[in-house]
Formats: sequence, structure tokens, C-alpha cells
Amino acid sequence: MTDAILSLKGVHTDIAQYHILQGVDLVVPRGGVTMLLGRNGVGKTTTLRTIIGHWKAKTGVIQFDGQDITALPTPARARLGFGFVPEDMGIFSDLTVEENMILAAVSGPLDPARLEWIFNTFPPLKTFWQAEAGNLSGGQKQMLSIARAMIEERTLYLIDEPTKGLAPAIISTMAKALRDLKRQGATILLVEQNFSVAKALGDTAAVMDDGRIVWTGAMSDLANNTDLQEQLMGLSMETRKS
Amino acid sequence: MTAAPDHQPTMHTATLGQRLDTAAPYLLVPALVLLGFIAIGSPASWLTLTVSGLAMGMMIFIMASGLTLVFGLMDVINFGHGAFVSVGAFVGVSVLLALGHWTGAPSLMLNLAAIFLAVIAAMIVTGAIGWAFERVIIRPVYGFHLKQILITMGGLIVMEQMISVVWGPDEIFFARPEMLKGAITFAGAALERYRLLAVGVGAVIFITLRLVLKRTKIGLIVRAGVQNGEMVQALGYELRLVFIGVFIAGSALAGLGGVMWAMYQEVITAGMGEAMMTLVFIVVIIGGLGSVEGAFIGALMVGLMQNYIAFLEPKMALFSNIALMTAILMWRPQGMMPVVKAK
Repeated sequence: MTDAILSLKGVHTDIAQYHILQGVDLVVPRGGVTMLLGRNGVGKTTTLRTIIGHWKAKTGVIQFDGQDITALPTPARARLGFGFVPEDMGIFSDLTVEENMILAAVSGPLDPARLEWIFNTFPPLKTFWQAEAGNLSGGQKQMLSIARAMIEERTLYLIDEPTKGLAPAIISTMAKALRDLKRQGATILLVEQNFSVAKALGDTAAVMDDGRIVWTGAMSDLANNTDLQEQLMGLSMETRKS
Repeated sequence: MTAAPDHQPTMHTATLGQRLDTAAPYLLVPALVLLGFIAIGSPASWLTLTVSGLAMGMMIFIMASGLTLVFGLMDVINFGHGAFVSVGAFVGVSVLLALGHWTGAPSLMLNLAAIFLAVIAAMIVTGAIGWAFERVIIRPVYGFHLKQILITMGGLIVMEQMISVVWGPDEIFFARPEMLKGAITFAGAALERYRLLAVGVGAVIFITLRLVLKRTKIGLIVRAGVQNGEMVQALGYELRLVFIGVFIAGSALAGLGGVMWAMYQEVITAGMGEAMMTLVFIVVIIGGLGSVEGAFIGALMVGLMQNYIAFLEPKMALFSNIALMTAILMWRPQGMMPVVKAK
């Protein structure tokens, strides 16, 4: 059996009066990229926010690296080694790019070698190092959001739609960055609507519908089976390629 | 997938209009001082009023700085903030009265030492009360603005009554330390010594706050927390501890402002903090929620405006700050330099 870095068992989450997650069972294997897929509004973002602790699970168990983290507050979870990139990027717009990065380096000063790697991956961040993050373009903000997660080694990256609304050239830069991370042995749980990116990066996949995981398996199995895509997501991946 | 093309990022240079728009709040205080000079005519009177206005503004800033950070970082509307001003004043004046032989001595060192001890005592007591206030009164109502208004106003009333219980219901008159009485003459203008001290203390507090916020990691966390507290927590920082620290610091600053204001007025009452809150809220609102720099500029404008108008058209003095707030909000509805958007 594959070593699991993260597992959710029967997780239910309410947001106000709405019952969003309705018994999520998910296993994220250590190493590689697990894609979390599904139509809009099925609970993918809520799943990530429940894992990091922004929403509290009403019932169910979340285990991370063998530890039950269900009752832990967000900061304690983050310090266990999560790198979180939210859907809205979570950029501190009044802080400079440098200040955003300093803040993300929780355990100490910025590591020059890692910073150099980030600059090579995302050159605009070097160019605009002293600029206020709020003045960056959408793509540059997304680069900064991912770079913040990359500035220290994390046990698990939770990344929510990093290519959303970006130009194809920037999407390609993002995909390369995530591939680099993967090559270094990182574990990534990635929510992604762009199927060509999902197909290129994903090792395993979990498909959600109505607040539950309805299918798990190899990403290649899903990518190669249009009937399965139709059945799970109501649309063939082939027709949704960007 | 195709490889990414070489990325050649550019950032457009801001136009003159855009740069002026950003810099405009910083130009308001010099512009107001210049307008005051033109309207008053007499350079000596103008200088006296300007120093007086700056001193008043600095003291209001000290009281408002904590409140704006609490607003911005914690999204808490604390109507009880005025109670910390009153408590600080009473504690500080009690220390000054107890050190009467120091404050009455014609020695600047002894006078300043007495003030220093009074300020320290006031800040420790108001900081401690602030810690208890956050735990008992604020914590149950995070996220509920209406309840915050009601319960913090209740807290204000209780604390004012407690002041009456401890120090009695009457106002207390006292004299400033010996060496801070009177004025010095400069270019024909009479400049009160205490007002010059208040300007200096206010400037030191502003520079210290700015350095802490801009140059330290805790300052970075506070600034980031004002913008997006959820993300700060997702990075692993215990924002709750930062909340408590900021609330304690804000309460202590209100206590410091209380001592300074008490020595300015030479009389203290249990309701003095509550009376000051109108000006403090005006400063926080026109400065922009969460902005220490905005509060600083706003406080100086309020102080200068009040003094200039009181000299030029006394009947308009009370109205002047409301008019200032209206004008600023018509220009920038979120305040001059908002860090968080009003909800």
C-alpha cells in the first residue's frame, strides 16, 4: 500500500447553513501530484480550506503525516509543513514582493540558493523585488503566490487553481514551476480546471461531485478514458483542453 | 505543452496625476499650514497656533494609533478605547501628585523623570487592563460589529464608574511640572514649553511605530494581518497572539495619550476619554482604517484645523472637524490611506 501523507475520512464541512462537504474520503500519497478535479461548486476549494483549517470539519478525521490534525488551528497545521496557495492568491498587496517572501520564510532568513531557483523560475519576481505586490499583473501575482509556498521546503503543497484566468504563456511558466517542484520530490495536492495542465502534471486523481470523492485512480486512466470523464464530470477532457 | 517564451516584464511608469494622487495626503498638512499662514496674516500668531495645533494633533495621534490598528487588524470597533485614555490620565496624574517634590522642583531632569515614571505607570496599567478587556469583553464578540459596539460601550461606562469609585467623582485639578510651565519666545511667537514637548513625544511615537511596522518581522505580520489575516495564519503565524499584543499596545498608547492630554488640560475627569473619542474616531476614519500614517496625517490636520478656526472664527471651531471629515470622505470615501476597506 502506498504511504499516505494526508488522508481525510468522512469529512463533513458546513459553511453557514450550507452543507458543502458531505463525507469526503481522500488519500494523498507521499511524493508526486494528486489532482483534485470536478465541476465548479462541488467542494474542491472547500476541501483545501478544510485541510488547512480555514473551515472546521464538522465531523470526520484529517490525518497528516500520521498525526490527527482535525482539531488543530490553522497556524499549527501550517507549521507542520503545509504550503498553501489559495484560489485568490492571498497576496499582501501593500507589501513589497520582498516583504511577501520574507513573511513566507517562517523558519528564518531567506535561503539564497532557494531564492535563486525561484528567480530562475519566475524572473519577474527579481525584476519587481522592491515593487508593491498590489502593482503586479495577475500572472505575476500568481507567480508570487506560488513562490511564497516554494521559498521553504514544505511537506505538502496545497495549490488551488494556479492557472485560473492566466495567459497561455504564463500557464506554461506555472506548469514548469510545478514540474520542477515535483521533480524535487515534493508532494502536491492540486486543484486545476485546465485539463492539459492536469494531464501533464498529475500522477493520481480524485474527482469530486456533490461534496464527495466519487472516483480515485491514476491520472492517466482518467485522461485516456473519455467515457469516464463524461460520466464523472459531464464533459470529456478532450473537449475541455485549453 | 509549448515552452514558455522569454518573459520580458514591464511596469508602466506612473503618470504625474497618479503620483500626485498617491502623494496627495502627504501634501495636505503643509497645504493647511500654508493656508493658515495666509488666512491668519500675523506670522507670530500663526507660529503659536501652528505649534499648538501640532501638539494637539500629536496627542490625538497617540490616542488614535492604537485604535486604528485594532480596527484594521482585528476588525474590532472598540468604543471602550476612551476608557483607557481616562484610566491612563488618572494613573499618570496620581504618580505625578505622589512625586510632587520632583514635579515642583526647578529641575528639568527631575520634572522629566517624574513624567517618565507617570507615563510608564499609566502604560503598564492601561496595557494590563487592555489585556483583560480583550479576554473578557472583546473575545466573545469577534466578527459581530453591533455586539462589539454595545458591549464596548458598556465596558466604557463600567470603567468610568470604576474611576469614580477609586478616585472619587470630582474632577482633579493639578499643575504641570515646574519647568514645563510657561512659554519660550521665538520669532515674536509665544511657544508653550509643554506643547513643544508634546510635539516631540508624538514625533518619537510616530517614528517608532513606523520603524516597527516597516522594519521588523512583527511589523510585517501586523501589516499583512491587516490586509489578509487568513493568509497570515496559513503561513504559520499565530495571529491571535499578534491580536492580543496589538490590543495591549493600543491600550497602553491610549494611556500615554491620556497622561499627555491631562498635562495639557491640567484637569482630569472620568469622562475625558469619552469626550476625546469624537476627535479620535474622526482621525481614524479620515486617515483610513488600519493606517498609522493616515491617522498621523489626519490627527495633525484635526489639531491644526481646530486651532486655526478657533482663532479665525471661534463659532465655527466645533463644526470645523466634522466639515474636514465630510470633505475628506467626499474626496476619498475610504479615508486618505486605507489599509483595509470599510465593510
